[in-house]
Amino acid sequence: MNPIPHWGIFITEPMILGSDVMIVLVSVAIVFALTKFRKWGWLWREWLTTVDHKKIGIMYLIAALLMLFRGGVDAELMRTQLALPNMTFLDAEHYDEIFTTHGTIMILFMAMPFIFAMFNIAVPLQIGARDVAYPYLNAISFWMFFLGALLLNISFVIGGSPDAGWTSYPPLSELGFSNGPGENYYLLALSISGIGSIATGINFLVTILKMRAPGMTLWRMPLFTWSVLAACILILFAFPALTVALALLLLDRALGAHFFTILHGGDPMMFINLFWIWGHPEVYIVILPAFGIFSEVISTFSKKATFGYGSMVFALMAISIVGFLTWVHHFFTMGSGADVNTFFAIATMVIAIPTGVKVFNWLFTMYRGRIRMSLPMMWAIAFIPCFAIGGATGVMLAVAPADYQYHNSYFLIAHFHQVLIGGTVFGMLAGMYYWWPKMFGFLLNERLGRWAFWFFNIGFYVCFLPQYALGFMGMTRRIYTYPSGLGWTVPNFISTIGAYLMGIGFVFMVWQIIYSIKYGERDLTGDPWDGRTLEWSLPSPAPHYNFATIPTIQGRDAWWLAKQGELSKADFLPAKDELKPIHMPKNSGRPFILSLWFFVLGLGLTFGVVPMDVIAGIGIAYCLFRRSFEYDTDYYIPVDEVIHTESALGRLQG
Amino acid sequence: MTTTAHAPAENHHGAGHIHVDYPDRPVEYQTEDGALKILGFWVFLATDLILFSCLFATFIVLRSHVDGGPTGKELFDIPSFVAETFILLTSSFTGGLATFEMHRDKRNRVVGWLIVTVLLGLSFVGLEVKEFVHMAMDGATLQRSAFLSAFFTLVGTHGCHVSLGILWMTGIIIQLVRFGINPITARKVFIVNMYWHFLDVVWVFLFTVVYLMGVM
Repeated sequence: MNPIPHWGIFITEPMILGSDVMIVLVSVAIVFALTKFRKWGWLWREWLTTVDHKKIGIMYLIAALLMLFRGGVDAELMRTQLALPNMTFLDAEHYDEIFTTHGTIMILFMAMPFIFAMFNIAVPLQIGARDVAYPYLNAISFWMFFLGALLLNISFVIGGSPDAGWTSYPPLSELGFSNGPGENYYLLALSISGIGSIATGINFLVTILKMRAPGMTLWRMPLFTWSVLAACILILFAFPALTVALALLLLDRALGAHFFTILHGGDPMMFINLFWIWGHPEVYIVILPAFGIFSEVISTFSKKATFGYGSMVFALMAISIVGFLTWVHHFFTMGSGADVNTFFAIATMVIAIPTGVKVFNWLFTMYRGRIRMSLPMMWAIAFIPCFAIGGATGVMLAVAPADYQYHNSYFLIAHFHQVLIGGTVFGMLAGMYYWWPKMFGFLLNERLGRWAFWFFNIGFYVCFLPQYALGFMGMTRRIYTYPSGLGWTVPNFISTIGAYLMGIGFVFMVWQIIYSIKYGERDLTGDPWDGRTLEWSLPSPAPHYNFATIPTIQGRDAWWLAKQGELSKADFLPAKDELKPIHMPKNSGRPFILSLWFFVLGLGLTFGVVPMDVIAGIGIAYCLFRRSFEYDTDYYIPVDEVIHTESALGRLQG
Repeated sequence: MTTTAHAPAENHHGAGHIHVDYPDRPVEYQTEDGALKILGFWVFLATDLILFSCLFATFIVLRSHVDGGPTGKELFDIPSFVAETFILLTSSFTGGLATFEMHRDKRNRVVGWLIVTVLLGLSFVGLEVKEFVHMAMDGATLQRSAFLSAFFTLVGTHGCHVSLGILWMTGIIIQLVRFGINPITARKVFIVNMYWHFLDVVWVFLFTVVYLMGVM
């Protein structure tokens, strides 16, 4: 692979030049600030080397919000280009790059880290564990994701972005049609972060199965933890297919193999199948944790136990199995034949049943509940109508014969934004607001949050409802401009206004966070929402060992039962004579350094620089061997330190 | 996470104090950490199995796409792949003997059987490389046809796994020699053997689907 980088566009394209200047200025500012305030040591000790799930969760959250910004800017650029017919704001090539990075970033570098943020922040606290099963591996997962994301993001300024769509179908993505480095960036960035995702799936599966507090049987687990378990099963069985699809395409491009080429017997359909064998479960990977969050939020803010707990669990598991049998609905039009299409159409519609069960359970949970309209609850309630419409249009798309009409039209675009934004993004925002006090020890300002909520929600419908109509009017996805006189102008213009409203909503959210860092109300109780599950029995933020003594769990929503006087509240507070030294993993800089080597390897492969790859390969091997020979990986927190921390928090008994 | 009444002193060598949570379990399962890591490795193997399944599926789809080039029947040398099969199956057996001796606490025998396993692994990889070079010299390269792309990738991925296993096992042999059998080194021996047996199972399918069905 000898791609010719477009070095020329470094200086000739104003948008890229602008980005170059911005990147240099921001980098200089960060380096200057870290040096001036002597924060390099703090950054290394507290963040880059941490293996604490709570800090890793916070880093995932920051990265997800940054990527939401990047992907959001891509969206605003596209909507600006499409606002009116015959616009020349973006040229065709640039538009292709932007819709490719928008999709790739939003799915893999926004939604995935956002759900992993929630996994890390909540799961160990909800099940009464002191960390995940493999804290060191957890740090590797984060840094692999982070440097994979960085690799994709630098493509815009170094060499050119990928432009074959987020699905990257061959033969367009083969060397003959995409000969720049952009496609290589895509393949390597996704492969590197994919390793991290698989590791996270293993980590949380084992954590949930093996590290629950005594007495917390599976049937006493919070529903969010159940949803993470289901998502992990999906990750484990879906992501290897993506790894294979990407690796084989890379072999085609780098070594001249013929998996997906038109010549020499290659079969492009094979890529499309492998891609969607991962890709369809992937949408359930990002939606199931959101379902889990809605269960937690709706039950907490209705002051009722979730209606139909068992059917909720059953629905999660059913979706995680049937989710593997629907992938062909992404290409009904490619001629698989009536029998195959029928099977996949029915399987797709079947998914609506467990999903419907969940929606009704949430409604019944609210029924006769004492509902409080705080921010997490607002996002949860907004999700229900949004997802109902998205689900209904999904069933329409699942009707294989009708899909020949909708396929790749704006109807489809509107549908999947409705379920991904209305489901995953609303869910993650609900989760962020819900667990924010637990992460940082203060609450986010409610008033600014409401402004953000209404701008984002109204903007959402204004943006995407016209796109359903545009789909029926014949507008297909991925076109960079359109002529006037087709009747597309007004809906497009309205849609663009909606996109801007959503952008304003995001600005309010950033404002809300910055404002609340300064003026936010401190959470001194550790339980600001009158919560039900174990994490609310801890102070906010939790001490780094989480639980001084591991509580014994005697029921579902045990913390709520304790507060109601049905169980003893003293079980959740540490007693002085029961304290023991706490076994904890040591911090390590190696996950970060190992991932840096992967980044170097990715960059070297992108540009076909063999010496870089060799050096990076040696670096990776060295890191792995050093780890294998490392025996001094953990330590004990002495009792005195635990006593000191717990009595400072006013929690120590006896 | 585990707790003990007395925090052990810092130790920088595997041979030092290791806190045992479950003294009556087999040595590799005696620490909580060891038990967790073994379960995690089972889960990892499940993901690796999916990875191989995808490669097998690709191979099965593309095996007839020879593009007028050489077919499996013309290329595969029966004595060679039968030899590879016997060598790899034997190495899985010797790896199993290493685990057996580990449970009898015979350090030197564990090291000996692992060395035999590594040597058998090396000869397997050697035969495979020889096979690949022969095919490439006859013009049957990765670039020739979709069938050959799929063949080299599927068999090569397995070969890369075996090669990685050889390096990994060598690292563990060195640790066994330095630190002896303890719950940590025992867990490592156990896990590398799980990996090795898994590759053996994958090879059985390779042998059947790629080679036997190829020469039929």
